[in-house]
Amino acid sequence: MRGRITLAALALTLPFAQAALAQDMAVIHGRIVIGDGTAPIDNGTVVIRGGKVVAAGASVPVPAGMPVVDAAGKWVTPGLVLAISDLGLVDVGSVEQSNDSAPAKAPFNAALDISAAINPAAQPIAISRTAGVTRAAVAPLGTNAIFGGQGAVIDLGSDPRPVTAARAFQYVELGEDGARLAGGSRVAAYAVLRNALTEAKEIAATPAGSRRADVLLTRRDAAALVPVVTGRQPLYVHVERAADIRMALGLKDDFPLLRLVIVGASEGWLAAADLAAAGVPVLATPLNDLPARFEQIGATQSNVGRMAAAGVKVALGAYGGMSPVVTQYAGNLVALTRLPRASGLTWDKAFAAISSGPAEVMGMGDRFGSLRPGRAGDVVIWDGDPLEARSGVVKIYIDGVEQPLSNHQSRLRDRYAVPSEGALPKAYDW
Amino acid sequence: MKSRTLIAAAVLAAMGLGTTGGAGAKDKKDGDSASVKAARDFDKNPFPSTYRAYPSHPTLITGVTVFDGKGAQIDNAAVLLRDGKIAAIGGALADMDVPSDAVRIDGTGKFITPGIIDVHSHLGVYPSPAVQGHSDGNEMTSPTTPEVWAEHSVWPHDPGFSRALANGGVTSLEILPGSGNLIGGRSVVLKNVYSRTVQGMKFPGAPYGLKMACGENPKRVYGERNQMPSTRMGNFAVDRATWIKAKEYRAKRDAGKLEERSLAMETLAGVLDGDIRVQNHCYRADEMAQVLDMAKEAGYKVSAFHHAVEAYKIGDLLKAGDVCSAVWADWWGFKMEAYDAVPENAGLLYKAGACVIIHSDDENGIQRLNQEAAKAQGSARRAGIEIPDGEVIRWITFNAAKAIGIEKMTGSIEAGKMGDVVLWNGNPLSTYSRPEKVWIDGALLYDALDPKRRPVSDFELGQPGEGDVK
Repeated sequence: MRGRITLAALALTLPFAQAALAQDMAVIHGRIVIGDGTAPIDNGTVVIRGGKVVAAGASVPVPAGMPVVDAAGKWVTPGLVLAISDLGLVDVGSVEQSNDSAPAKAPFNAALDISAAINPAAQPIAISRTAGVTRAAVAPLGTNAIFGGQGAVIDLGSDPRPVTAARAFQYVELGEDGARLAGGSRVAAYAVLRNALTEAKEIAATPAGSRRADVLLTRRDAAALVPVVTGRQPLYVHVERAADIRMALGLKDDFPLLRLVIVGASEGWLAAADLAAAGVPVLATPLNDLPARFEQIGATQSNVGRMAAAGVKVALGAYGGMSPVVTQYAGNLVALTRLPRASGLTWDKAFAAISSGPAEVMGMGDRFGSLRPGRAGDVVIWDGDPLEARSGVVKIYIDGVEQPLSNHQSRLRDRYAVPSEGALPKAYDW
Repeated sequence: MKSRTLIAAAVLAAMGLGTTGGAGAKDKKDGDSASVKAARDFDKNPFPSTYRAYPSHPTLITGVTVFDGKGAQIDNAAVLLRDGKIAAIGGALADMDVPSDAVRIDGTGKFITPGIIDVHSHLGVYPSPAVQGHSDGNEMTSPTTPEVWAEHSVWPHDPGFSRALANGGVTSLEILPGSGNLIGGRSVVLKNVYSRTVQGMKFPGAPYGLKMACGENPKRVYGERNQMPSTRMGNFAVDRATWIKAKEYRAKRDAGKLEERSLAMETLAGVLDGDIRVQNHCYRADEMAQVLDMAKEAGYKVSAFHHAVEAYKIGDLLKAGDVCSAVWADWWGFKMEAYDAVPENAGLLYKAGACVIIHSDDENGIQRLNQEAAKAQGSARRAGIEIPDGEVIRWITFNAAKAIGIEKMTGSIEAGKMGDVVLWNGNPLSTYSRPEKVWIDGALLYDALDPKRRPVSDFELGQPGEGDVK
């Protein structure tokens, strides 16, 4: 991250920060996964300099004098990228005061800027980091309107500067959730959305001018949507049902500059041709295979594979459940390739779907998400195939800075390696 | 099938679950009043299982790797299914009486496990679609509702059953009421076989369980109504008062002095009699330790602590108490009592010699109990605790069966047990493996290679994706 080095000294004064200078290094002998959909490379080398990837591959020479990290027998990958998350917003989900993910009583919605609430010291960041996640988009959800606000992209480094990009996207709920928020029907949701985008266009046309008497949005909310209608900021649209996906794609007829990203898309396979034709990428909820809602009746684990086969740009995005292990989702997509009639992703594409894929959908594929030259030095060393449930992280670097793997969980694990009390109570064991 | 009926009857008898009578029957006196007789000699099984094994064909799988569910791994083995049972397992075919018409399956490169068992599911009581009209898992109108039975809430057409079968290899599951109440009601144990009726799914001869809950949920639900319990001490007070009443009821029953039936007390007395197993939702170690004392005071045994995210802190106590811990691999942080979850929970419990179960509590997680177990195994390995694959498979088969009380019938690959078997297309502890075939009582009820050999729930007929791979 730009500014990290100058901030390192400041970081030392903060209790949780262990920020260090990025170390130039070469990771050698590992099984290298570039993360761009290409096949793993045995006995490869990754060279990191100035916090960025300089080179990665089979016959990359180690610059003279550069410190080496021996990854023999290990896998070396780019850090994983979570495309939709609440990392940094929540300590404990059900402890309201610790949870900034749902500004349900805020007077604003589209204008909300989630980056203001990110807490880089939150345990969920540290714990997700130990599962190999180095970057995440933090999505604003849970306002009292269809617009969630403007999401941020963060890194998961153990330092006080988490934000990679603030106001990286706008988030809107359509489908069942949007219907509920807009007044009880999808009809209302689409009317509210179209009106909001129209108000934004009006503000864009006359930024300092007076507004119509009958506007519905606050000026701040309408102004926040100007980057959306002018195509400078992606609009993430959460929809599940095939019909809702098609309706969302239709927004481009009236607002041609919109940079749509479809989020969720449980029935995306039923609208795959439309998605592919529109060139609109999808951040899919992987492995949904239950009709949890009527808008997900057609849900199948083969959804991602079918969309990809139809030419849709698809990455994994909104994860349900309580587990931080996104690699498991990608691994299951590989499993599907071995099942008759099912559709999944090859190993190489599956890994890309949790690394370069989401980075590209965010519009940041040139900054992180793979080990191609010029990307951030976000490197994870694994004790085995990272898509296998049994594998785990051995070392992790963000912007070339080695990160601690210690967290609340690991400290508890060590304290209770033997459960019975010792000569002193457990509380003295730290 | 005839043999099934006989076995079921025998098991029922062995468990004291005969159609009438009970602990009080031996005290029966001809002079008792009609009401006393009614309260004592009630039908203990008024909603009997009508499940029967579906037709099966003798099947021989050879060259396969077997995890037997009790900790062993047997390479290059042969398994014979016959008459709905596991007829034989071993390496030497010569020792097996293989019918000439047996279906022969080359299991080279494949794996067999017992049918996967989930000790904690809400399929049917919180089915998909998750709409209010289907929300039948928590009778949150009183903090103790031992009188309710989960089977009366189960919607047998929940699409989730089919996913658990096809993707998770789940053949038996315990459906529990939710944890909004301190005493949530009776569980029901099901074979994972669709039926028009719940009775048609009920596992013949399985004992009942009683769902109890500690901690945040009951005190939140009732505290928000300004009603007891609103605190953890309130939780215990209500629980203990309830057990005192149950003991009085049981003493009256045994003395032949009951004047009327009580559905609630019949269930609690069934726990005190040892016929009904307590399945106790509890997160924190300190609470589990106090529940163990409460159980001792009241005179019952906790079969398993469910969720048990802090079980690793008291593995020694749980081992000494012979209580299983049914845990997730890595769920964490979603509420205060889950804050100290660690991914090494299962591994640390195993190291302490305590009984480990991986459970789902989730319609998605139940499709991947094998992977959840694998994650826990990997986390343990990185903490220096090596656990053989066979032992890990035990967490989702035999140990779950033991906690439910069906381990004499299913949960392991042993001759004479129910033919509840999964053939996996690779090591089930690999993320890349899936069930290829699933047999329940010897009947092939899922086959990845046969598009029609998969169940489609009533709900999904005529809908987008009917019969899809899911």
